Amino acid sequence: MYSAKVMDHFMNPRNVGEIEHADGIGEVGNPVCGDIMHIEIKVQDNVIDDIKFKTFGCAAAIATSSMVTEMVKGKTLEEAEKVTNRLVAEALDGLPPQKMHCSNLAADALHQAIQDYLSKSRSAE
Amino acid sequence: MVKVYLDHSATTPMHEEVLKAMNPYFVDRFGNPSSIYLLGQEARQAVEHARSQVADLINCPAGEIIFTAGGTEADNHALIGYALANKDKGRHIIVSSIEHHAVLETAEFLAKQGFDLTLLPVDNQGTVHPDYLKEAMRPDTILVSIMHGNNEVGTIQPIQELAEIAHQGGAVFHTDAVQTVGKIPVDVKDLNVDMLSLSGHKIYGPKGIGSLYVRKGTRVASFMHGGGQERRRRAGTENVPGIVGLGCAAEIARQEMAQEAKRLQHLAEKLIKGILQSIPDTYLTGHPHNRIPGHVSVCFKYVEGESILLMLDHMGVMASSGSACTSGSLEPSHVLLAMGYPHEIAHGSLRLTLGKSNTEEQVDYVLEVLPPIIERLRAMSPLMK
Repeated sequence: MYSAKVMDHFMNPRNVGEIEHADGIGEVGNPVCGDIMHIEIKVQDNVIDDIKFKTFGCAAAIATSSMVTEMVKGKTLEEAEKVTNRLVAEALDGLPPQKMHCSNLAADALHQAIQDYLSKSRSAE
Repeated sequence: MVKVYLDHSATTPMHEEVLKAMNPYFVDRFGNPSSIYLLGQEARQAVEHARSQVADLINCPAGEIIFTAGGTEADNHALIGYALANKDKGRHIIVSSIEHHAVLETAEFLAKQGFDLTLLPVDNQGTVHPDYLKEAMRPDTILVSIMHGNNEVGTIQPIQELAEIAHQGGAVFHTDAVQTVGKIPVDVKDLNVDMLSLSGHKIYGPKGIGSLYVRKGTRVASFMHGGGQERRRRAGTENVPGIVGLGCAAEIARQEMAQEAKRLQHLAEKLIKGILQSIPDTYLTGHPHNRIPGHVSVCFKYVEGESILLMLDHMGVMASSGSACTSGSLEPSHVLLAMGYPHEIAHGSLRLTLGKSNTEEQVDYVLEVLPPIIERLRAMSPLMK
């Protein structure tokens, strides 16, 4: 059902946890549909210096969360904003069709975290 | 690697004796039971012997057993067959909201054909109270179908009382006993049901075979049309090896049931106690005592069922869940929702159903590997504050 890459990221998720004094926080999904993705970022000189996630959901939800953190760590905000849910799924060698919708929202959570950072830094100025 | 199969409510491995009994009927004794020569008549005898073996298991005359292609067909046959043959008497049908999809979807199909359908509620332990049925009965109610034991949460229903209410209101009573036959005593006279469905592969028999019990005098339309097999109620050349296998499985179940039920109950109690003691924020779903022997169903807060299953599978433990991800829909188990569990808890459901192959050592193994899995997933969960 799942690709080897999905299973690897599910069984050995990268960057699980929270960041103390995170610069940006994003959260998508809801408990009713069974998927919540929470992403926190630390930004240094326009670069994602650190990123952590916490996810409630199925293997696809956990694997996409893990993958997105790996894809953008060390990247500029502009580069990170170009990462889409579709690219995350592709990086995992694909997801089963029924998982493409509700379990593939990790990039949305990332973009929210970036927006959160940007609006906070704007209001700080 | 350790392999622990804990999904006996999904299906069971076939008993060696069953396979042995079936084997001659594929090649050597391949005759059609409708044929007049000896080869055909041997097959006929084998079918009728199996019919009496199944009848003995549920205490009915052999003539009241119809062989079907499984539990789902038996349910379809009972509901559609009865509704069509009796629609002049009334058009109201009652089923519980926690039925297997084989009954639920069939009832909804009938509703689309112009029948009136009432779904009975259940309490938070998954029991259909006789009062709920009393309230739902109408003068035009012709059929009530309530399952004997629930596949997801294991709760056993008060079938005798429910059937009595249906009969008092002039309706017939069908029960889907796929999960209870062979596990607890099922006596159609005792239960006072008019129709009952059972399945082969849930009792260490073959897949693709089941039976519908129809009490004499109950008018049921033919389900398959064609030849005159099964007293014109189910056309099609009999699945002789399957029928022989089901008969053999029924016979073994009848002999072993009492002892096996006791053993499974003990193992399930140990498993339930161990899980509830070692993992906080966990609920036993279904009735605490009045449940199918060997049936364990729990919900873990803050985690999702599919993730639990995959991690258990990684440790060699095969189980199932009513989470949305595993049901192939966006909704978690209709049973847990009907029992009043909120979505986020229903998503964290786990079902472990024990059977013949399971040992005390395996239960200990599950109690060793399960808590760290839940802990790991919870450490990852944003719901866990």
